[in-house]
Amino acid sequence: MSVKIGNAPFHNRVQDGIENDFMRKAVSSAQGRFRSGRRNAAEELGDWEDWRTLGEEIRSHTLENIDFYLEKLSDAVSNRGGNVYFAQTAEEANQYIQDIVKRKEAKKIVKSKSMVTEEIGLNAALEEVGGEVVETDLGEWILQLDEDPPSHIVTPALHKDKGQIRETFSKKKGYEKTDDPEELALFAREQLREDFLSADVGITGCNFAVAESGAITLVTNEGNARLATALPDTQISVMGMERLVPTWEDLEVMVSLLTRAAVGQKLTSYVTSLTGTRLEGEVDGPEEFHLVILDNGRSKILGTEFQAALHCIRCAACINVCPVYRHVGGHAYGSIYPGPIGAVLTPLLDGYDDHKELPYASSLCAACTEACPVKIPLHEMLIRHRQIIVERENKAPKMEKLMMKGYAKWASSPAAYKLSTKVAKPGLKPWTEEETISNGPGPLKGWTNARDFPAPSKQSFRSWYKSRRKREESE
Amino acid sequence: MKVSLFITCLCDIFSTNVGKDTVELLERVGCEVDFPELQTCCGQPAYNSGYLTESKQAMKQMIRAFKDSEYVVGPSGSCVGMLKEYPEIFTGDPKWEEEAKALAAKSFEVTQFLVDVLGMTDVGSTFRGKVTYHPSCHMTRILGVKDAPKTLLQHVDGVELVELPIGEDCCGFGGTFSVKNAAISEQMVQEKSEHITETGAEYLVGGDMGCLLNIGGRMAREGKNVQVMHIAEILNYQK
Repeated sequence: MSVKIGNAPFHNRVQDGIENDFMRKAVSSAQGRFRSGRRNAAEELGDWEDWRTLGEEIRSHTLENIDFYLEKLSDAVSNRGGNVYFAQTAEEANQYIQDIVKRKEAKKIVKSKSMVTEEIGLNAALEEVGGEVVETDLGEWILQLDEDPPSHIVTPALHKDKGQIRETFSKKKGYEKTDDPEELALFAREQLREDFLSADVGITGCNFAVAESGAITLVTNEGNARLATALPDTQISVMGMERLVPTWEDLEVMVSLLTRAAVGQKLTSYVTSLTGTRLEGEVDGPEEFHLVILDNGRSKILGTEFQAALHCIRCAACINVCPVYRHVGGHAYGSIYPGPIGAVLTPLLDGYDDHKELPYASSLCAACTEACPVKIPLHEMLIRHRQIIVERENKAPKMEKLMMKGYAKWASSPAAYKLSTKVAKPGLKPWTEEETISNGPGPLKGWTNARDFPAPSKQSFRSWYKSRRKREESE
Repeated sequence: MKVSLFITCLCDIFSTNVGKDTVELLERVGCEVDFPELQTCCGQPAYNSGYLTESKQAMKQMIRAFKDSEYVVGPSGSCVGMLKEYPEIFTGDPKWEEEAKALAAKSFEVTQFLVDVLGMTDVGSTFRGKVTYHPSCHMTRILGVKDAPKTLLQHVDGVELVELPIGEDCCGFGGTFSVKNAAISEQMVQEKSEHITETGAEYLVGGDMGCLLNIGGRMAREGKNVQVMHIAEILNYQK
């Protein structure tokens, strides 16, 4: 797996999503819960907009000085006995981790939830070298058993309901009980406990690394990240190069924003900060610790008009308010990063060739921009992507380009515009019945397939206004 | 007070009545309304589709059209929102930047103008019926006009205003989105239509013709008996 998931064309993926009643019900009820949770958590703070501003400032300051803070982080981790590896590409990151697994002769690897390891396809790479990989986040574990990619960046199995999960457990793990969520969770817990105890290597992502201390912070509700880091002798954490904060104080702000924006919680059940290996006199922690800092296209975004996309703290607030995501689900995006942030980030990380439809998968309603806790101007970035697709990549449909050329002529010439207000009605007459167009020509067809289009007014406004003026002047 | 009407191309061609009502409403509250004939379209269809060069041609025409206006007032949150973005679009353009700023500063959506500039809450209209209001996305999020339309509606004599569930969700219009991603747009407008039905309202009111054509067209297709009206029509109603 990599950023891209699946090979089906965009419109087929969308259609699959629309026809998946199961998923749509699950998504719309989850969105309802997430939205009210986020609203309440924000209201409770009282000055949410000030918090957003602070969050944006911290993220933007960090990115402006990212080389300085990465060096600081790297030094701090090394000083605490850890190894730091800067990976330029997914391949380099996978290779480095494969080498550790081979050297350790590791048989079992437990992982806590991490989008960045999905991005680089780490599980497949580990299996290549004979490692048995077990995802320990409940949602990720379900997906792993089902060989299904995540459809949401915080709740990856959002598209499944308890009945489907029961079926997966029974097919893959011989589960025999009911679809009661507590029973299902208990079963997963029993199964995973065995894996934690027998694992040789624990792999985590990283919500935030603290540059001043070298601490890797993990935010979870299941506590699985703690087990994955406390039990195995070797710990590997993988982070996108932008996922760091300068100080502990900044961390507090960012975690507050993250948990509130993501799930409407003041704090998740577990917030864990881990600093390096077990030092003399300490009772726990790994013998060996590796921090893999991944670029994989991120440094290319630095210094461009898309830099603010790297502010993202993966809270999914934009996904939870998105009406397009609501109806098509995560898989329709064809990327492990779905929703508005996915539509912005995916073409940046993986190019336009495979993802040129994504920037258009938005009505530009700006709900995402309004929800983002670090003020990424998501809908504006989607427009910027469209400009690049049209003007730089030259990937827009020919017909559309012609129409837009025509539009420019029309809208910059009052005479042409005025003429169009006169001929619109007779021009559309062949398709008009009872002042309604229900089966329109050309691009109008996309509209009239689902709804009526009105016939132009009998008299345009400007013509009415002119006759009114004449009347007034003659009176 | 002198006001230039920015009619918007949709109202100009498809909804003459909304234009008439906007003019009469503004006159009734004491404005002197003119209509600069050089105006065309705000450029949004091209701008939002990624055609920056093409959209700028439209924008320049709009700047020229309203050059001498004191206030520019239009019956659309979305189109006025577009005018408000001109300064950013023309940043660094020595010829147009200042003029873009001037136009943006004097432009208002009609309910915004009534409440924020004229300081009104009651425009003295009467309209009997159960009404629900769709807060269109660009009106609320781009232009930041959230309360003005509701404040005015609440003061219309005879209006029973009911809350639209998940009103903040987009109706699926999105300009070219409704055609380019017609399948998704259809799902969005269908859900909007369901929520409107749930309210039991006889009238769906909004401040953006694009959204209203979309929602109205869908409800007509579904054979639903809900009448779609622009807020200017209600605010100018006298019976």
